[in-house]
Amino acid sequence: MAKLILSLDGMVIREYPLTKERTTLGRKPHNDIVIDNLAISGEHAMIMTILNDSFLEDLGSTNGTLVNGQPIKKHFLQNNDVVELGKYKLKYVTEAAVAQTSPADFEKTMVLRGPAGGSKAEQAKPEAATPAAKSFGDTVVNPEMMQTQGPGLREAARQAVAVGETAVPTPVGAAPSAAAPVVAPPAAPPIVQPLAAAAIVSTGTTTTSGATTTPSAGVHMQGTIQILSGPSAGKELPLSKPLTTLGKPGVQVAVIAKRPQGYFITHVEGASFPVVNGKQLDAQAHGLNDHDVIELAGVKMEFYLRPGS
Amino acid sequence: MDLSKSIEMASATHTGMVRAHNEDSIGTEAAIGLAVLADGMGGYNAGEVASGIAVALITKETRDTVLRIPPYEVDAETGELTATKILRNVIAKANASIYQAANSQPQYAGMGTTLVVALLCDNHVTVAHIGDSRLYRMRDGKLQQLTRDHSLLQEQIDSGMISKEMARRSQNKNLVTRAVGIEPEVEADINTFEVTQGDTFLLCSDGLNDMVEDEDIHLTLGSLSANLPLAANQLVQMANDNGGRDNISVILIRVKRSFAAERGLLSRLKAWLR
Repeated sequence: MAKLILSLDGMVIREYPLTKERTTLGRKPHNDIVIDNLAISGEHAMIMTILNDSFLEDLGSTNGTLVNGQPIKKHFLQNNDVVELGKYKLKYVTEAAVAQTSPADFEKTMVLRGPAGGSKAEQAKPEAATPAAKSFGDTVVNPEMMQTQGPGLREAARQAVAVGETAVPTPVGAAPSAAAPVVAPPAAPPIVQPLAAAAIVSTGTTTTSGATTTPSAGVHMQGTIQILSGPSAGKELPLSKPLTTLGKPGVQVAVIAKRPQGYFITHVEGASFPVVNGKQLDAQAHGLNDHDVIELAGVKMEFYLRPGS
Repeated sequence: MDLSKSIEMASATHTGMVRAHNEDSIGTEAAIGLAVLADGMGGYNAGEVASGIAVALITKETRDTVLRIPPYEVDAETGELTATKILRNVIAKANASIYQAANSQPQYAGMGTTLVVALLCDNHVTVAHIGDSRLYRMRDGKLQQLTRDHSLLQEQIDSGMISKEMARRSQNKNLVTRAVGIEPEVEADINTFEVTQGDTFLLCSDGLNDMVEDEDIHLTLGSLSANLPLAANQLVQMANDNGGRDNISVILIRVKRSFAAERGLLSRLKAWLR
């Protein structure tokens, strides 16, 4: 089953499985996927899902719908397509593709060896070339190879070993490194071709947003601190950044971290530790709940959650 | 001289959210101002072996050497800083050792490791690196990357083939063009920078900078500089919160005060008497 992963500024908000034949997207609450933002039209777009195929249609929205950076009216969604509505991004992921390429397969660091150095090494130690090439075959180098060649990769690695073995007696210049045929393809042009740019953008979204993380309520809600006592009483401090420090440097400082699962307060410096709801914290991070009262450097403040924009 | 009063170090390493093994290795010796970080590669557990050899050997050899030869001295003939020479030698040893192990034991065939080493001495830091592990410097609220990755991606950026923005989204992040232990010899990039009080240095594996934007690294180092261990853990946590697709390692070095070398006989004597 395919799904859409909704994110804003690289932060995953929610995943929506495409279970219905017709899934609507828009600002108004009756939509299946509601994005409450003024850049989104009331009825913005619709996705028609038939068996394993999904078609996206813009419903005459004011600001339009982009797929991989291109404005579209109707579009046949492909795995890893990124749909953009205003600042929001929806990544289309098919279940089959999720199973085929696990990220662990292709993100291992690999060394790209120069052909000359590689063949020199092989000539010196031909017996070492075989296991080396085999180990290269074990780790998949590039997701594109994975998708297009799939099981063929191991075959390619085996062939590479064969090439490496037979090539040893030939002159240095002509001897292809055992590693080169396996490692070189990803180095080849696809990445710079404009046509491939869309694919790069779409996978990039997973890398930066970490689409695998489970969405939670914490992200929808914007944490805010309101000062309750002292000269700044009444002031509000939105916790929009990943980290917000509170207190007086050199006296007492705490930090509030915004994480996918919510907000956490941690002691940073000073002899005394922050107090939450009358209870003193230790050095560990402490999860904050709506309306928690924090005491820090002699100032009382309240943490609360409000619906984010 | 003991640097542990002038500099503070904190480190953290984590397997991440996806991998089964942690192939990164880290080592710190605040007393001699040394930090080593290696990101191993190779099948099964060979990556851990390679990075482990690199860190253990470089830490031990550097410690042994700097106690005998002051790293701030300059070679009269070549004009080269001793620290540079020390790092070049210990890296050559680590390379030979890993290369030998890889070629003598079939289960380690093809293993290698990236490397970034920082050696602080006499108000300077000498940095050596191979591969895509990095060193950043936070100074006066500005974060700057002082190493240049030996990676296919960096080459593509340098040649103007792709923009930095596109690079962040590239699939080729994991291809390094240089690594320790792959060839019989390896050349490290070694540079020396001046250090001032208040500087914070960050050594990290690509598991950090691939998952966490420079902006957020900057924010963390800026807001948590008073608590270095917390800053290190926070960086790892951010990488994991963003997906943690690779092992994550960080070493932070904070310069609390100047650490000029005591060169003259008198000042050495003073230091000894103190």
